[in-house]
Amino acid sequence: MDKAVITNKLTKKFGDFVATNEITFDVAQGEIFGFLGANGAGKTTAIRMLCGLLKPTSGDARIAGFDVYRQTEQIKQVIGYMSQKFSLYEDLTVRENIRFYGGIYGLNRADLKAKSDQIIEQLNLGSVADKLVASLPLGWKQRLAFSVALVHNPRIVFLDEPTGGVDPITRRQFWDMIYEAADRGTTIFVTTHYMDEAEYCNRVSIMVDGRIKALDTPSGLKRSFGTDSMDGVFQILARGTSTK
Amino acid sequence: MTRIRFIIEKEFKQIFRNAVLLRMMLAAPVLQLILLAYAANFEVKNLNIVVVDQDHTTYAQRLVGKFRHIDNFRLKGYVPAYKPAYRELLASRADLILLIPPHFERDLGKENRASIQLLVNAIDGSKAGIASGYAQTIIRNFNDEIRTETVAVQQPATGGRLEIENQYWYNPRLEYKTFMVPGILFELLILVGGMIAALNIVREKEIGTQEQLNVTPIRKHEFILGKLTPFVIIGLVQFTMGLLVGIFLFQIPVVGSVPLMYGFAFLFLLLCVGLGLLISAISETQQQAMFAVFFCLVLFILLSGLFSSTENMPTWAQYLNTLNPLRYIIEVGRNVMLKGSTFRDMQSQFVALLLMAVALISLASWRYRKTV
Amino acid sequence: MNRFFAFVRKEFYHIQRDRRTVLILFGMPLVMVILFGFALTNEIKNAQIAVLDFDHGQHSQRIIDRLLSSGYFRLRQSLTSYRDIEATFRQGHVKLVVVFPPNFTNDYAHDGLAQVQLLADASEQNTAISLTNYATSIIQSYNNEQNPPNAASPLQISVEPRMVFNPDLKGAFVFVPGVMAMVLLLVSALMTSVTIAREKETGTMEVLLVSPLSQLQILFGKVLPYLLLSFLNGCIIIALGIFLLGIPLNGSLLLLLAETLLFIFLSLSLGLLISTIAETQLVAMFASLLLMLMPTIFLSGFIFPIESMPRALQFISQIIPARYFIDIVKGIMIKGVGLGYLWKETLVLVSMSALLMGISLHNLKPRLE
Repeated sequence: MDKAVITNKLTKKFGDFVATNEITFDVAQGEIFGFLGANGAGKTTAIRMLCGLLKPTSGDARIAGFDVYRQTEQIKQVIGYMSQKFSLYEDLTVRENIRFYGGIYGLNRADLKAKSDQIIEQLNLGSVADKLVASLPLGWKQRLAFSVALVHNPRIVFLDEPTGGVDPITRRQFWDMIYEAADRGTTIFVTTHYMDEAEYCNRVSIMVDGRIKALDTPSGLKRSFGTDSMDGVFQILARGTSTK
Repeated sequence: MTRIRFIIEKEFKQIFRNAVLLRMMLAAPVLQLILLAYAANFEVKNLNIVVVDQDHTTYAQRLVGKFRHIDNFRLKGYVPAYKPAYRELLASRADLILLIPPHFERDLGKENRASIQLLVNAIDGSKAGIASGYAQTIIRNFNDEIRTETVAVQQPATGGRLEIENQYWYNPRLEYKTFMVPGILFELLILVGGMIAALNIVREKEIGTQEQLNVTPIRKHEFILGKLTPFVIIGLVQFTMGLLVGIFLFQIPVVGSVPLMYGFAFLFLLLCVGLGLLISAISETQQQAMFAVFFCLVLFILLSGLFSSTENMPTWAQYLNTLNPLRYIIEVGRNVMLKGSTFRDMQSQFVALLLMAVALISLASWRYRKTV
Repeated sequence: MNRFFAFVRKEFYHIQRDRRTVLILFGMPLVMVILFGFALTNEIKNAQIAVLDFDHGQHSQRIIDRLLSSGYFRLRQSLTSYRDIEATFRQGHVKLVVVFPPNFTNDYAHDGLAQVQLLADASEQNTAISLTNYATSIIQSYNNEQNPPNAASPLQISVEPRMVFNPDLKGAFVFVPGVMAMVLLLVSALMTSVTIAREKETGTMEVLLVSPLSQLQILFGKVLPYLLLSFLNGCIIIALGIFLLGIPLNGSLLLLLAETLLFIFLSLSLGLLISTIAETQLVAMFASLLLMLMPTIFLSGFIFPIESMPRALQFISQIIPARYFIDIVKGIMIKGVGLGYLWKETLVLVSMSALLMGISLHNLKPRLE
């Protein structure tokens, strides 16, 4: 029960194409787990299986102790999710978005009010709380989306490339939020392209062609691949496959 | 269950925020109702008639005079011969050519008979039939008129005479509006309700919010019900507006029970939105959904009996039509509104609509989420 | 130029990927032509009627037999009282009731005057009128047989009606041009406006606008595939009309195709105009439906005759492009006339396209700066 995520030979095939191939790993409660890989390596497929959006072809996985085949509804109660695609309603205001998702997760009226005020204050959105989300800059939207994904205090939150397309300062701010959430005990499962972000994670797995090629702490990975940056690690693994 | 409330609330906010859409949704039914009620008229009026008078006698002129000052015809003028007359037909300046041959009056006097040619532009066959019927009636009346003038004594009637009395019930003055409006009123519901509903889920898929919703613990039936409710409510508002326009602007009599009409409108809306949501669930893009809805709509409307009667269709079309929800609801509209049919009279329509609504909504909730 | 073709190819890929839409695009005209051609008739056949015969005499019985053996009518119910009529009509199956009053046979044979009532349910107006007309003529012909005219009346004017252009009075002559206008408008205008709105909604329009392609190239590239699709669709409908429904092609095929292209171009300009206004696909679709399709169906003369409409609607119908196109198609195919007769309509279409294209290009500019 201490593990937030456990997978065992989790596999997904689309016809002949094997998107994720027998991946096995586990994530501890409260950990920041980086899930790296080039485009098309199978990250999104894996995340979707863990969230209960896709049925695995074979293998096992448990999220907070719940089985991904049979207990998808229970899983959905305890996880938060932020997808690559922007997931807020642009034609609703900041407050309305929080209220809607909070309501969907079954928050009561008082909780909704408190939570909205808390998020708005935390993100410093007081001046735009009743503005349409469409009018916010991308960085603000993404931080808001993250807060909304946490609105029901999930045990695990899955972030699928949350910082795509924003400037380094905003990314830094975003990671501050991730740390805060992790400090409160939320498990963070994050995919990213940015190798500097990988350094922020407790542990990192690197996926290549549907398989997990490496899994360790950032410093452990750098040591075993003999480079001084995560970028170097990634280059070695990626090049290794391209010449195969 | 409170989750449904949040979905409904969200849908309404989105609808009300989209001013253009809202305006169009409310304007569409009224606009269409007005347009259709005035335009939908199969009466044949204002036919352009051109005369070729090669006789130039009193009789010929009197006959032509009969085509003046009546509703059905507009006398466009004279041309000297057949050829230019035919050209008038080609150029669509005339619908009808009246050709009075030379010696018309002389033949009539001497040989007791004469003939007149009528050229009718028959591209629109049914219109041509009616037009030529009108013209022949006018000529026959003229014939009777000159006959009574010359032959002073009327022939006594021999044998029995049969009088046929026609009564048109429920619409005695044969107002096309009265006939069209009840049908259109219900037809509108599928147009607006079904179409917007169809684009709704697909839109969320396209923007990406659908995926976000799918990782929440929301239940299928909650989702479907939450999506269904706003559109049904909007549909009922539209129905009410249409009904008011029908009653006050067009003075359509409402003989039957209004609650019964609302009951059927509600059931039909469930069906339409169910159809919309089903299409939405199986489509990947709004464009796809739109075309699918459009296809269904064209099929439904053409076969619905709104313009032509369903009973005269060939058997295969009638079989196809048992699956046409629009056909049932238009029957209900006309029967209840104009004739005062009761629920008992409309039982079979009720059962058909209910079955379809249940089937469509269940299919929609079954298909939803699996395709994500 | 290569870039431009790459762009056009991309548009074709989009269309081709979307199998279902393609299926509907080409299925729609086919289904419409078949429905209009074979399913929608106002011909009466085996219509269900009821009889209320208080007479039960020889003449009433013979008239009933005559009605039922005509093939137009089928007896559903024999009623016994006036009160039954209302109930029967309310159920909706019977649209005509024939009533013979008591002593009908006696009155007819001896007094020389008898009455028969035809009660029609006019909530289905068209059916009611046709049923009444059919029944009336059957009863009248029965009456005429009973009273053969004794001598030729004097001063007989005979009328020889000639149905020009369509001697068999085929319905296809009207609806094929109408269906053509509708489908072309649908494919060209609706599709264009929606695809452009789609690029705006998904944000790809911005990407295209910053590409080295000029704005005109982008628009033209977006529009070209639909132009070809529509043209193909137009050809299919023409072929169906000629080979399946027996519409003649009396005029020049070349001119017909050229006019079809002109109308498609006009529809595309209209779609473009809508797309410059609409920000979302939903709005684009609604605008296309409300502003184009509905007026086209109802005001172009395709279903309802324009001459019978109120003045105001007749006036509005003059700005409906489909109206002119329908006239042109009828002119070329059925009347076999050429530009000599159709230059006015053609001119209207040309100026409308120029105007619409001008406005939409003008509208587009500020968007790019």
